[in-house]
Amino acid sequence: MKPPVFSYHDPRSLAEAVSLLGRLENAKVLAGGQSLMPMLNMRYVLPDHVVDLGRVEGLAYIRDDGEAVVVGAMTRQRDIEFSPLVKEKLPLLAEAILSTGHRQTRNRGTIGGSLCHLDPSAEQVTVAAALDATLTIEGPRGRRTMPFAEFPVAFMTPNIEPDELLVEIRLPAWPKGHGYGFVEFARRHGDFAIASAAALLQVDGSGKIARASLTLGGVDTAPLRMTEAEELMVGQVPDEGLFRAAGEICGRIEAMDDALVPASYRRKLAAVMSRRALVLAQGRVERP
Amino acid sequence: MNSSETAGLVFGQSVKRVEDFDLLTGRARFVDDLKLPGMLEAAVLRSPHGHAAIRGIDKTAALAMPGVHAVLTLEDFRPHLANDRLIVALPSPAWKIDANRPFLAGKETVHVGEPIALVIADSRYIAEDALALIEVDFDPLPAISDCKAALEPGAPKTHLANPNNLVAEFEVAYGDAAAVFASAPHSFKLSLWQHRGGGHSIECRGAVASWNEMEQNLTLWSSTQTPHAGMRMLVDILGLDDGQVRVITPDVGGGFGPKLCFYQEEAAVAAASRMLGRPIKWIEDRREHFTSTTQERDQYWEVELATDGEGHVLGLRGNMIHDHGAWTARGINVAYEASQAVTMPYDIAAYSMKVRVALTNKVPVSPVRGAGQPQGVFVMERLLDKAARTLGIDRAEIRRRNLIPASKMPFTKPMKTRGGIQVLLDSGDYPKCQQAALDKAGWDGFRARQQAALAEGRYIGIGMANFVKGTGRGPFEGATVRIGTSGKIQVHTGAAAMGQSTKTMMAQVVAEQLGADMENITVTAGDTATIGFGMGGYNSRQAVLAGSAAHLASLVVRKKLLAVASEVLEAAVDDLEIVGSDVRVKGVPDMKMGLRDIAKALAGTPGFRLPAGQSPALEATEQPVIDGMAYANGTAVAEVEIDIETGLVEIHHLTLAHDCGRIINPMIVDGQMVGGAAHGVGNALFEWMGYDENAQPITTNYGEYLLISAPEMPPIDLIHQESPTPLNPLGVKGVGECGVVPTAPAIISAIEDALSPFGLSMTRVPITPAEIAAMIEEAQAK
Amino acid sequence: MTEMRKISVKVNGKAYEAEAEVRMHLADFLRQKLGLTGTHLGCEHGVCGACTILLDGRTARSCLTLAVQVDGHEIMTIEGIADGDTLHPLQEAFRDNHGLQCGFCTPGMLTTLIELLRDNPDPTEEEVRIGISGNLCRCTGYQGIVAAALDAAKRMRALS
Repeated sequence: MKPPVFSYHDPRSLAEAVSLLGRLENAKVLAGGQSLMPMLNMRYVLPDHVVDLGRVEGLAYIRDDGEAVVVGAMTRQRDIEFSPLVKEKLPLLAEAILSTGHRQTRNRGTIGGSLCHLDPSAEQVTVAAALDATLTIEGPRGRRTMPFAEFPVAFMTPNIEPDELLVEIRLPAWPKGHGYGFVEFARRHGDFAIASAAALLQVDGSGKIARASLTLGGVDTAPLRMTEAEELMVGQVPDEGLFRAAGEICGRIEAMDDALVPASYRRKLAAVMSRRALVLAQGRVERP
Repeated sequence: MNSSETAGLVFGQSVKRVEDFDLLTGRARFVDDLKLPGMLEAAVLRSPHGHAAIRGIDKTAALAMPGVHAVLTLEDFRPHLANDRLIVALPSPAWKIDANRPFLAGKETVHVGEPIALVIADSRYIAEDALALIEVDFDPLPAISDCKAALEPGAPKTHLANPNNLVAEFEVAYGDAAAVFASAPHSFKLSLWQHRGGGHSIECRGAVASWNEMEQNLTLWSSTQTPHAGMRMLVDILGLDDGQVRVITPDVGGGFGPKLCFYQEEAAVAAASRMLGRPIKWIEDRREHFTSTTQERDQYWEVELATDGEGHVLGLRGNMIHDHGAWTARGINVAYEASQAVTMPYDIAAYSMKVRVALTNKVPVSPVRGAGQPQGVFVMERLLDKAARTLGIDRAEIRRRNLIPASKMPFTKPMKTRGGIQVLLDSGDYPKCQQAALDKAGWDGFRARQQAALAEGRYIGIGMANFVKGTGRGPFEGATVRIGTSGKIQVHTGAAAMGQSTKTMMAQVVAEQLGADMENITVTAGDTATIGFGMGGYNSRQAVLAGSAAHLASLVVRKKLLAVASEVLEAAVDDLEIVGSDVRVKGVPDMKMGLRDIAKALAGTPGFRLPAGQSPALEATEQPVIDGMAYANGTAVAEVEIDIETGLVEIHHLTLAHDCGRIINPMIVDGQMVGGAAHGVGNALFEWMGYDENAQPITTNYGEYLLISAPEMPPIDLIHQESPTPLNPLGVKGVGECGVVPTAPAIISAIEDALSPFGLSMTRVPITPAEIAAMIEEAQAK
Repeated sequence: MTEMRKISVKVNGKAYEAEAEVRMHLADFLRQKLGLTGTHLGCEHGVCGACTILLDGRTARSCLTLAVQVDGHEIMTIEGIADGDTLHPLQEAFRDNHGLQCGFCTPGMLTTLIELLRDNPDPTEEEVRIGISGNLCRCTGYQGIVAAALDAAKRMRALS
């Protein structure tokens, strides 16, 4: 299990990286390497070129822009985990990142790498969908932004051209006092989730749900925003029955089916995980 | 526990391991750490098909690649081989088909991962590049994956040349089961499916071969459990003399069974080294481990238990189908041991298990830690749980009524081992051991706790399993103990160390007799140049056989030491003691003689007599023959909680009470028990080696095949009982496999108990959360 | 043709320079080019953790890192934990608590725990278990390792 032959490029600037990607055929971008390296070792991918972003200046940062937290694509998961800003403004992400792999992989793995790899079980992917992230993508034709909802086009296939790079992720913060809950079902600690759910709740002064976000990970080819369930909950007083009803909506999705996990079980988990995430979120709501 | 009930100076004490310093500092030497001058590296071309004809192999492009030295197929090797098959099948009248493996696949390949060709290159990287350039003309054939389906009429044949897939058939039986069942008041039937995965030592297999043209001899370093057997295989396959082949086991990163087999790759690198005149290294990678290293896999059991109204078992009968894989890599062991383990702890008058062993297009099956015995225990314990539930008897009580009581020890089981040796349960108090486990686990108070939990909507359960495990399989193991003229003690053994602290165990046994200084002893295990014969590491046998050999050899050396010292110091033997590197007169520490001086004296002086009428050399080799197995026993109790919405099982606690005879090192025994239990947890809930209908493996990495990690391992309590066996001079029984045998059966029993409100019967192992959730859903729908 | 690079790296405080193919992963570089065979390969797909090293003070899977990526950086491996023949308290605790059997996973366990105990000198048992959840051991059932980690934490706190 040794990587195949490739040419290695380690650009120092974003411009250089983009220029390389525009010029090279069959290139793979190496971010933290925690997904690409196993695929190279197993020779599941056979790139002619590997463009390593590890030495590109200015792609690793976590900034507050007032309404959102803006994260550079090469920010290591470990730095997200320990960021006071993330803990304060994006507690959902802070919670989910703890289930992302293990300490050793979070030390290397990056948020941008995870989003571009786009494993539907990945925690950061689910959270990006839950928070309505906006992605900034740089390419030879300039810079563009894209709502995360438009990013997945198929199973593990992002809406990004071979000569483009994801450079920044903007994650809008919910108001102080919102409820959040990330729960997942994995067989062992640190495994990819068989099913996960991310819930965000905002409650108004009368105790009714003013805003809700409910996202399922791992069950379909891309994260699923459960808008039907969200609409059901908005305007309602949260209680166990309401969350059960929301969970039941989640239990009716079309789920992936494979030799290791049948679709029926993924649907079951979707219902249970979503309900549990909502209950967890509700317990953390601070009424205005 | 820091020392055993019968501790000596060193024996019975939790002394620190002699292996640890090198392992902790990165100075240990595993096979992949070897680097020889001029060494080349190999990669193996493996079959991507479950079953296919090989029409042709085009090596041209691969050979043209810079850095590639050779691409070798069976045809290339054949002129250099005295024998092109690996004749390993242990003898048995059960065989119907000779399925010993070929050196490499030739015209037909019968499982995914079967080796077809060897690429030799400057580096493993280049060798893997070249693999992609070898063009094999495969003609896919129908493959058979499931062992039960393999025995159906009209099933695809695993091998084209065979009449069918029935490779072996036998019955393990005693008493008159038919008569018992004809008149039994109660009988209970179960259909069971059991599966165990692979060995998954964290170090994969690997070998380095070096042919010395000048000396005309071969050295093979291999990560193997059986170096002497490997040496004999190489003699046979390469047509060499015994003196021309040396097999060395460097540090071995875990064995767990599969490394006891001799493999094609070991033979192939040896032959290739001789052909190319260069040292060659092959290191198995993890993906290869999944498809080319032996596993245990599937068994289907149809079984029936007969009892009276009080739960006394009158008889047990049934039949079993066992997955053998595509070739014979060892024997019928797994199926035989499974069948024999069923009734072992219990006094049951009649037993009949008819076994059919089926060829499938999958990697061969051979023992993994426990060797089928967890499966046999599972069968017995599932049946007892069912009988207890139906008859309204506590599950512990029904076992108590059937366990062989201590008063009947030794107890003759009317069965023979697969080697034809009478099964005689030598010692132990099984009911006492069970009671100790139950007391520790809080069995009696559990029903109240369960009811309280249920009132909160929590589903907890408790389960148990008893086992008796044959350990120390013979016929022999050898040890040489030598005190050199440096005064250092060297110990050589044919036993193989693969992580189970064999060197520490041997040093303790020797130190007990020869000065009690662990630092003064060096142990080499598994080097055929240091001892001519040996059996190796398997079947929980090292302490039993190699330990006994070392003990006996130490006694001989001790006697010589004392005889010489007695003459020189002019003191009676009884007045002498061996302390550290000296023999001293008791109470007069200045009157002493160094071990080195005695060693020099016995090394001889030209023209002079040897002292004290002794024979030359301060050394002894002993190879005690111990045919009867030492039977260890124990009881596991598991407590679980189930999330009925997801089917997730959390093991709250494990209790293991066991008896492995006298304990040489309590710390090491604890480690063996806990490690075995962890394997059992994996077998109960996590490890599944999946194949699809075309015999394509579907779990070939550690994201798909789940080994437990630290958070999944429950807290565990151990209870030790020590019933010395009379079968060996140390009174020890094996312990390496004892933790694994009862653990999965106890966990499944606990799951069934936790789910008793749903009336579910657990008949499969491993069981996944998805399966449990589906069963609950089905029960709720009724 | 395969592409080579000269790689300069400090390992266990010592400067090394060696040529390697750009595709070579760090574990092979350490083992084959620098002769530091204490780092082990158990799966080469980032799950077993045997190959864990410290890269600039942070643990990383050396099978999931290319050697070229560490040019100019600092590495610590199992060979760098003891002070000559004097064991580190963590190593002593492993020996005293039977935290290893075959020893093949040990390099990754030790490096992982060096980082964990540095960042959290008084961990709970659960924190230790989660901390080593990315390291597979087939021998010990983890009990001896967890005991060793907690014992080492105590010894290291007493020293500091």
